[in-house]
This record gives sequence, C-alpha cells and structure tokens, in this order.
Amino acid sequence: MIIKNKTLVEDSWQVLRLSDQETAEKVTVHDGKVIVPLKVWLAQRDKLQQRGELGVWFASDERPEDLKGDVQKFQVIAVDFPKFSDGRGYSIAYNLRARLGYVGELRAIGDVLRDQLFYMQRVGFDAFAPRADRDIHDALKGFEDFSEVYQTSFDQKQPLFRRTQRQSKSSSV
Amino acid sequence: MYCYDEYDQKIVDERVAQYRDQVRRRLGNELTETEFLPLRLQNGLYMQVHAYMLRIAVPYGMISSRQMRMFAHIARKYDRSYGHFTTRQNIQFNWIKLEDTPDILTDLASVQMHAIQTSGNCIRNITSDEYAGVAQDEVVDPRPFAEILRQWSTFHPEFAYLPRKFKIAISGGKEDRAAILAHDIGLSVTKNAQGEVGFRVLVGGGLGRTPIVGNEICEFVPWQHILTYVESILRIYNQFGRRDNKFKARIKILVKALGIDEFRRLVEADWADIKDGPGTLTAEEVARMASFFTDPNYEILPDHDSKLNEFKVDNRNFSNWMLRNVKPHRVPGYAIVVLSVKKPGNAPGDVTDVQMDAIADLADRYSFGEMRITHKQNVVFADVKQSDLVELWQEVNKLELASPNIGLLTDMISCPGAEFCTLANARSIPLAKLIAERFESLDFQHDIGEITLNISGCMNACGQNHIGNIGVTGVEKKNHEEWYQIAIGGAEGNDCSIGKILGPSFTFFQVPQAIERILQVYLRERIDEGERFIDTVRRIGHQPFKEHVYSMDYEDEPGQSSDGERSVTPAEYVVPFYSPRF
Repeated sequence: MIIKNKTLVEDSWQVLRLSDQETAEKVTVHDGKVIVPLKVWLAQRDKLQQRGELGVWFASDERPEDLKGDVQKFQVIAVDFPKFSDGRGYSIAYNLRARLGYVGELRAIGDVLRDQLFYMQRVGFDAFAPRADRDIHDALKGFEDFSEVYQTSFDQKQPLFRRTQRQSKSSSV
Repeated sequence: MYCYDEYDQKIVDERVAQYRDQVRRRLGNELTETEFLPLRLQNGLYMQVHAYMLRIAVPYGMISSRQMRMFAHIARKYDRSYGHFTTRQNIQFNWIKLEDTPDILTDLASVQMHAIQTSGNCIRNITSDEYAGVAQDEVVDPRPFAEILRQWSTFHPEFAYLPRKFKIAISGGKEDRAAILAHDIGLSVTKNAQGEVGFRVLVGGGLGRTPIVGNEICEFVPWQHILTYVESILRIYNQFGRRDNKFKARIKILVKALGIDEFRRLVEADWADIKDGPGTLTAEEVARMASFFTDPNYEILPDHDSKLNEFKVDNRNFSNWMLRNVKPHRVPGYAIVVLSVKKPGNAPGDVTDVQMDAIADLADRYSFGEMRITHKQNVVFADVKQSDLVELWQEVNKLELASPNIGLLTDMISCPGAEFCTLANARSIPLAKLIAERFESLDFQHDIGEITLNISGCMNACGQNHIGNIGVTGVEKKNHEEWYQIAIGGAEGNDCSIGKILGPSFTFFQVPQAIERILQVYLRERIDEGERFIDTVRRIGHQPFKEHVYSMDYEDEPGQSSDGERSVTPAEYVVPFYSPRF
C-alpha cells in the first residue's frame, strides 16, 4: 500500500536498489513495473526505453536536469529520502515539477514519515511510500496539519498576499 | 507594529495543535527521540544541561507591552521567574518541562507569538535594526520587509530541512546595526539614484567555527524581486550545501568553495525562471505591511527640553545615563532610550518576571506600549518624549535597568555558557560577571569609551565573539580548569571585521587580567580620547598588545577591581554548581 492523492491505494511497483556487488551498467532489470535508479536509466537508456512501463528514482545528491527531455517517458518518478532530515529531495521535486514540467506520479520513498508529508505534498509529491514500520493510516493525518499557507510552491501557485485581501492596520483596528 | 489577521492567527493556532500532537506522540513513544528532535527544534525547544530550553521568537525584536507581560507570566508559571534575551533578539527560558510546552505555545498564540523556527536547520527569526523607524540615519524602514520575509519563510515547504541553520538580517540605516555582514543573508534596504527602493544583498557571512564576512552577491535587487531572489539563494544552498559534515554545512562554506561569482551564476540561473512570477511582491502588499509601521501619534514638541539640562548638571548619574543610554530620535522632542540589562553582577540579558511586568508598564506610559529587544541583549524604548526622560530614568533606576553603560565595556554580550548549554566548553555568564566587577568603575569605563566585549562559551559563537572588539571564547575544559582564547580587532557595523586571536589561551581568572593589560596598551597608545579602542587596534596592529599581554606572569586569583578599592571575592566563581559536567 502507498498513499496516492491522499488515499490508500495498492501498489505494484518494485523499487530496484543496487547491492554493493551490482553496477548500473550490468544489473538486470526484471520484467514488470520497476522503478530503477537514475544511474541505471542513464547506463541502460537504449534498452530500457523499449519498455512500456518504467519508473526512475533519484538519490538525494542527484540532479533532475540529468533526465533532460526524458521526464515524460516515466509513469513514476520517485525521490529517495535517505534520512527524513535530508531536505534535498524537496528541491528535486520542485525542480522536476516546476522546471522540467513533469506531470506524472511523483513519489517520496525512503525515510518518509507523517510529520514531513505536509511539506512534501506542497513541493509536488502526490504519492508517498511511508516507512514500512509505521502505520500508514496514521500518516494520512499529516496532510491536515495546516489549512492555510503563506508562500507559493508547486501546490499553491499564488502567495497568500495575491490570493486574498488581507487587512491593513487601519482596517484591523 | 504588526498585528495578526485571521490568516496569521489560524496558522499559529494550527501549529500549536500540530505540536501538541507531536509531543503526545513522543510521550507515548510513537515518535522516537531522533524523529522528534528536529520537530521540537523547529519549535525552539532544546535539551540543555538541566532541563529543556524554549526559545521564543520576537520577530525582528519588536514586542508589545502585552507580549512582554506574557513573558513575565511564562517565567512565573513555567520557569524560575526569569528569562534571557538573546543576541538574535529573541527570549529564551531555561527551565522548561516538555509536558508544559504545548500550553506555553497556547499562551503565546493568545498574544500573537510563537516559537516557530527559532532553532533547527531552517530559516530562523529575521533580525533587524533595533532603532528601525526612529533612527536619524534611516534610508528605508526595514520592518515591513522584515515582516514580509517572516511570513514568506514561515513553514516554507522546500526549506525546512536545510543543511544547517539559516539566518537573515535586514537593516535600513546608513550605519548597519543588524550585523548584516555576519549573516547567511544580509539585506540592506536602500534607494538607488532614481529613488527606487531595493536591496543590497550579501551572502555567506557568519560566525561559528569559520567566521567570514559576507560577500555582495547583488548590488541592487529591486524590492519587487526580493522574495524570489532570496528563494533562489535558498534553493541553490539546499541542493549544493554540504551535508556530510555539520561543521562545514553553512552557506558560507559553499560560497567559499564555489567562489562568489560561480555561486551568483547558479543563483541567477535559478532566479531567471521565477523572477516576475507570482512570488513577485506587489505594491499593495508592501503598502499593507507599511501601514503597520507608521508613526505613532507624536506630539509637536521643541527639540530640547530645558528642564533636562538643569537636571543633568545636578545629577551625574543622570547625565551619564543621558550620555550613554539615550540616543537621538528623528522626531524633534523625542528620544530613543536603551534599558541596560547589563547591571554589573547580573547575567547579561537576564530579566526577572517582576522586571518584565514593570518594563511593560513603563512602555505603556512612556513609549506607546512597544519595545525592541536588541542584539546586544538590552531593551529599547523607541519613542520617549524628552520631557519624560527624568521620570523614566527614575523608574528604570528602581528596576536596576539604568546602568549608564550602553556601548561601554560592561555592556557585554554573553551566551548562556556551560551552566546551561550542552555545546559550551566553558562558562560565560560568571566570566562576564567577573569582568564586570573588575571594571565596574564608571570613570574607568567612560575613559575607555566605546568598546564591545563579546563572550561565547564555545566556537559556535552565539555570543558573537568574532565581531567583538575584544572577543572571548571558551575553548577547553580539563581538570576543573576552563580555558579561553582572547581575540581583538573584531567589529560589527559597516566596517565589520573578524577579530584575531592574540595567542595562547587563559584560565577563567586570568581573563580579566588579560583584558586589563589589553586596555593598558590602548590607554598608552591612543592618540587622544577620541580614538576608539578599535581604531587604535587597526592603527597599531596586534603586536604591541601581544607583547604586553604575555610579558608577565598571571595571578591565579583575581586581583583588585579597577577602582582599586575592593578585591573581588573569588569564592562564588570557583565551584561551578553544575560540577557533574566537569
């Protein structure tokens, strides 16, 4: 199960993670719905782009620009959070959405926890694979932390000051 | 000052609810301490030596009397009846229980306050000029922009888990009073030749282990673009800042590694995409913010009150206070008053609940109910009628907040130090007290004149030791002995500079003696009384200081106070009450 668009859905994608012995060039990508590491995609692009269904995932130190014009080839792009406190994934997501125009499923994987979901959905994630040892139903509550935000991000194209008529001092006294 | 509307209030209220639930889950072990740590830090809650410390945001230092009374209430109800003003214009309470923190935040929210992002690897409280809006040299009032930046940075989803903390300071005067060169981003709001408002943007300044003065990344960013420009700086930092070593994770290390030109190229490439986008500021929003920072109802008054001069002649304490603690105001007949939270013998920046309540009452009576917390850990009344100065002085004198030492030697900055902080190598506050006792003589202090003395208990530099004219840093503790380095030549302001270490370190009791020797060299070498300590250091260099400071042995026990009349009692300083740490 994963969370997609704030509801629980079955998930049939497998995330391929390379072991120490495997290399991006040589690893065999099995049939079926697989989310491969970016470096596997870059190494085996010719072969992999024949497949009907494919996902790719970014490590937190990888750059969205490396996908260049390929973003729309994937049904799923995932971003890995090695630790929840590693915030690079937020900018990767923002850049994939806002800069590279990716419109498919954008999934947070790795150390994904309830208390970061609100921020994650704001920068463009719409799918979440919470850490396996946590209650996924509980995680859903993380989306409800705030009902209003000040600044723009991917989810909210207008800052609060452009969306509403806010009070100035004379009107608030 | 700024007043919350329904949106601000809702966001803060929802934060309290979110945090209350996080504490409940932590206490019920649904959250591990590792997971809870950044959550509580982003709410200003640290685990210290004895208890939790809660740091509450005072946005750009502005606070109302109602809010100050709430601090008094929190000090009484949840702490040991005192609080500590910090160098980033906030207040912190040192004896807090985790279980109480949600209720404290509820109390704070009732007076439009919070502890959001006062710690953690996120954008911290924005700091500014403590004389904003009233300084004679002000070009543009920085406060509307400080509030705009506060709202923009509050819960910014992309920048909540940065490589390290991120501090922004903004000033709008000709003279920088917000140490903008010592911040991750320093903003100077100004006007160009056409009279248009914009920002000189500095990046990569900072203290800590690697003190660096900020670099100019852009000479003039028009006001409309400041949010998007800052956003691009943060995005480049979030992606490229080092995360492998927390001591190399600040933006200054990235800027240094890339060089300012390459860093600028990256920022401007990012900015090109969002410039002119919806994040662009509107004139309406700036006007709305400015409406909160308009002048209070000033009376039309003559600029000099004749009674003041009579009183000054009669009363030396008052004339000293006028000279040191009262600053010129841009409106005739008014003055800026600095309440000194630096009474020698007290911990710098510490105020009791009784003092807080009384300060709030005085602010209502004499300064339109508003105050500012300064980065030097004092309190400013920005709008006092000159004709009220005598009365106000008498009142603050009763509160022991009238030490006429603003800008002098005993107006020290000090971090809490090892008695409270788990990072510190050595005590700061008792050292500040020891130094203050040695140099308590006002005649001596006035003779020395303008000088800054900053003390930090470790190289993290919360006490801003690097930009003190004299900077003291706790470097080590062993065998019940604490060791301190002394640097001279640091300064804040337009001529910001990083101090240079004089030489081998000193024990706790040697530090005041070493400072005395430094001051002896200054008194010997200065051209006249008009040459400030920092100017002498810059003119003659470190060598004469070094020679004198290390030329003789040091006593193990403290010597005489500077007036020579009274020996300082060492007993209270010798045995740290927190001895388990040693």
